[in-house]
Amino acid sequence: MSFYLVLTVNSITFGGLLFLLSSGFSLIFGLMRIPNLTHGSLFMLGAYFGATFVGGLLGFVFNFWIAALLAAVLVAAFGAVLERLLLRQLPGQPSAQVLVTLGLSFMVADFCLMVWGGDPLSVQTPDSLVGFVRLGPLAFPLYRLAIIGIAAVVAIGLWLLLDRTRIGAMIRAGVDDPDMARVVGIRVSQLFTTVFALGAGLAAFAGIIGAPILSVYPGLDQDMLPLALVVVIIGGSGSLLGSFFGSIIIGFIYNFGQALLPELAYFVLFLPMLLVLLFKPQGLFGRFVP
Amino acid sequence: MSALTVSGLRKSFGGLHVTKNVNLNVESGERRLIIGPNGAGKTTLFNLITGEIAADGGSIQLLGKDITQVPARRRPHLGMARTYQIITLFAQDSIMHNVLLALLGLSRSRWNPLMDLGRQRHLVEEAHQALERVGLGHIADRPLAQTSYGERRRVEIAMALAQNPKVLLLDEPFAGLSIDERRDVQKLLLAIPRDVTMVMIEHNMDVALDFADRITLLHFGEVIVEGTRTEVVADPRTREVYLGH
Amino acid sequence: MSARIVTLVVGAVLLITLPFWMPGVYYLNVASQILFYAVFAIGLNILAGYGGLVSLGHAALFGIAAYATGYLLQHGFGHPAAILIALVVAMASTALYAVLSLRASGIGYIMITLALGEIVWGLAYRWISVTGGDNGISVHVRPEPFGIALTSASAFYYTCLIVFALSTAMIAIFVRSPLGAALKGTRDQPRRMNALGYHVWAIRFWASMLSGLLTAIAGILFVYYNQFISPQTLALTASAEVVLMVIAGGASTLFGPVVGAALVVIVKSVVSGYLTRWNFLLGAIFVAIVILMPEGLVPGTVRLWKLGWRKTIARRPKIFKAGGPPV
Repeated sequence: MSFYLVLTVNSITFGGLLFLLSSGFSLIFGLMRIPNLTHGSLFMLGAYFGATFVGGLLGFVFNFWIAALLAAVLVAAFGAVLERLLLRQLPGQPSAQVLVTLGLSFMVADFCLMVWGGDPLSVQTPDSLVGFVRLGPLAFPLYRLAIIGIAAVVAIGLWLLLDRTRIGAMIRAGVDDPDMARVVGIRVSQLFTTVFALGAGLAAFAGIIGAPILSVYPGLDQDMLPLALVVVIIGGSGSLLGSFFGSIIIGFIYNFGQALLPELAYFVLFLPMLLVLLFKPQGLFGRFVP
Repeated sequence: MSALTVSGLRKSFGGLHVTKNVNLNVESGERRLIIGPNGAGKTTLFNLITGEIAADGGSIQLLGKDITQVPARRRPHLGMARTYQIITLFAQDSIMHNVLLALLGLSRSRWNPLMDLGRQRHLVEEAHQALERVGLGHIADRPLAQTSYGERRRVEIAMALAQNPKVLLLDEPFAGLSIDERRDVQKLLLAIPRDVTMVMIEHNMDVALDFADRITLLHFGEVIVEGTRTEVVADPRTREVYLGH
Repeated sequence: MSARIVTLVVGAVLLITLPFWMPGVYYLNVASQILFYAVFAIGLNILAGYGGLVSLGHAALFGIAAYATGYLLQHGFGHPAAILIALVVAMASTALYAVLSLRASGIGYIMITLALGEIVWGLAYRWISVTGGDNGISVHVRPEPFGIALTSASAFYYTCLIVFALSTAMIAIFVRSPLGAALKGTRDQPRRMNALGYHVWAIRFWASMLSGLLTAIAGILFVYYNQFISPQTLALTASAEVVLMVIAGGASTLFGPVVGAALVVIVKSVVSGYLTRWNFLLGAIFVAIVILMPEGLVPGTVRLWKLGWRKTIARRPKIFKAGGPPV
């Protein structure tokens, strides 16, 4: 019984982390209609920045939260540069843009290897969140529970952004009908840059938040990207609500799958995605068909 | 004998009824003109007839045969061909290749992975002839990208005619053409023999009216008036549709 | 026209005499690798180049053939039986792959193939009882067709050369055939092709099967060459590399795939001796080609020769238009 309880809590935690990772992916996919294959690498880059800032590798130890925001901003800026310099060269050619993100993922991943080497790095849990929370006979790491809270805060923040701000309205318009949005005067290409930067920043933020649990190692990008893809496909393209529910679902499938059916773990994870693509391609809450 | 009969055809997109209970009967050899203001649902009607969109209800009969459930890719094999309002040709290829593809679409050879297409004398000959019919035989090898808009419209017609259709659907064949080009296309269309039934959508009244035996006026997806040219022109509802809304 | 023939003849002569002038077994092996990866790329090119369907999971099909061969050899099957059964298994997998992925086109197709590739990779990684997991499967023998042992580097090289030549000839014929023209038509205007009487899905399905056949053959050559197969061969990076080969060389050209294969293999094996971060280089080349020379090196270099840098970049063609809705 307690085994399942632990699994459940871990699933929700992992779901929270997945939400942080996939919300950015979902926004980019929704607006620009491309699966950003660089997303995993940006997550990893954020995690490596985290290791550097928090671990004092630059000679100065940053506060965890400041490091997280700093990493997010740096990678967001990087994302903006990538979009303006590279993706914008290929307007109206989503397949080409996907290939560019694929090439970029190679570059970013190798860059991380160059700078940080091949050994896994660990990131210290922030002091304020060290320790355990007791629930009956079980003890859960406080940090893991905190991730749920962080994910919730970000979710609310993003929802407010999309629902209550002008830029959010523009993004939603762009997701629903990019051509129409252009016609009514929305500067869709500027929006692309903004959203790509936002997505990149969210990925990096997710990376550093996840680092105390996952640690940082070469290949982290390859482990996380497929998860973002699965969440967004199942949850639905361009839908924040979809990412939310998709993340939780995948959190459960991933953890329970690993624990109960290790030989088929990947199969169990990807099969629902495949089924969704085949039979309900817009996903659970999606606005459009990829 | 009826060449094309449409009964009770309906189509909605969500809450929008694009085609409402359309009945149409085109006799063999007839020249039918479909007119109506923008948004009347004329191209949608064509898309329903060719099968590119599935109807919500009603039936379509081609030469007496019910083709309502027949997939779009089979309809050319049954004698239906169509040209498009927006040109969707194969821009990377020559005019000749475009017409060849049209010919090949109906041939069993289209599944052949071995023979050299360019060396199929009879197909190349036929394609050439199809181009001659529309006055483009002299530039058969020219890449489509290097042709004028008027020439491309004629390639469209050549491709449709190459499939030897019994029923030819033309979606705004005169759109965007200069006066000379319009005259050429008009001559071309008038020269098509009466064993081909023709249904045309057009806005351009001066060229189209001469062409038509009967006219169908469509508005908001419904047939408003139908009859001979004189009947339709005289009918007060026609004026109402074009002026009174 | 004659420049092409001269190039072809010179190329053929160089390839046939290669073992005699190539300095050392290492480089001879690199040449063999280039050739069977070229066959892999030719296979992908059918779909990605001529068909307009960029499969990001093709390494799965490559790997299935390699794993099947390795597994059967490990369990005592003779070479002819192992190869034949592996081909059958690979073709059945390709059929399933095609049926699933052809539900969509454009971005949807890319994502389904990516998912399929990941599923197969996951199986290779986790289904330890069959695949050996991370430990992979080792193959210590090579076939002896007609009594010729293929254990020597030059014998193996000639095998690869023959397979490459046959594959190229096969595609050259296919591209000029009606089915080839139909396939290209479905790439350029799928809805139009449907309206002209073609069965677009079926055309794409048979193209997938042809692609799968060449891919499987390449996979079998790979496992005999490498004497080992592991999940890494099926990973997304492997699928990305073969896409890079096709695009870098020139999608929908006859010799683009082999040029692309040469590029990637040389960067990985030779350049990696001098430059440890060759993945970065591959990625950079990929990005540069997709943006600056999307038609690939083979046609791009020809245009570069004729037009010079500025015009080549200014007039670059749009290769990757949206695939359009599934038909």
